[in-house]
Amino acid sequence: MRWMFVAIIVAATAAGEVLQAAGMRRHGEVRDFRPGAIGRAMAALARNRFVIAAVAAMAVAFFANLGLLSVADLSFAVPATAITCVLETVLAKYALKERVNWLRWAGASLVICGVALVAQ
Amino acid sequence: MTQEAARLRLKTRLFAPVVVLSGVLGNYFMKRGMPATLVFPLDYITVLFRPYVALGVLLLILWLLLRMALLSWADLSYVVPVTSIGYALTALAGQVFLHEAIDWKRWTGIGLIVAGVALVGGATEARTFPIHQAETRR
Repeated sequence: MRWMFVAIIVAATAAGEVLQAAGMRRHGEVRDFRPGAIGRAMAALARNRFVIAAVAAMAVAFFANLGLLSVADLSFAVPATAITCVLETVLAKYALKERVNWLRWAGASLVICGVALVAQ
Repeated sequence: MTQEAARLRLKTRLFAPVVVLSGVLGNYFMKRGMPATLVFPLDYITVLFRPYVALGVLLLILWLLLRMALLSWADLSYVVPVTSIGYALTALAGQVFLHEAIDWKRWTGIGLIVAGVALVGGATEARTFPIHQAETRR
């Protein structure tokens, strides 16, 4: 049961992250943090289809996270979902066309090994 | 380093720890208020009204918004590995505050996660720059 929740969280979070990054890139850098400016930014983001899809994916991940937290320890539940990091690095490279060098891949591999041990 | 690059670097270094802390505390409070099981679909809604779970949700909303702001000027492949140190800190919170038993394998795993995050973060920090600059570099 707990691995099913982990799988849903990983897939939904990775999709949400990539969509969120694509949406925020389209929106541009957030520079003004005054209430009015934040309201305008939120209104613009609410019309951004990438951000809308990202929020939907995050909602799926959130409810799966609730289910996972109800059946597993916190020290398992959250680290186990770190596997998302590697999937997102792959998506950053191939979906967002970011430059990902070998050091980043090595670091992501270490994270994977760490998650494997944490999850035991 | 240009003034713009220094500004972004400072902003990133200020935002990243707040993003990590809000995520760790959000998950901790959610777990603290969570019942043993969620049997029915309606349970997933009613549990949100428990005080600790509600506080956790508010912190995770803050985490999401701050992370979105961070992603507006920093690469995804920088933000994700750097903030993933929160996975290790959350496990630590589980042991310290929820008295969860964590054996040496799990601590070794946490060490590998931290090392991986440091390696990826060190390799990517200088590559974080505004989108319009990224476009011109390609």
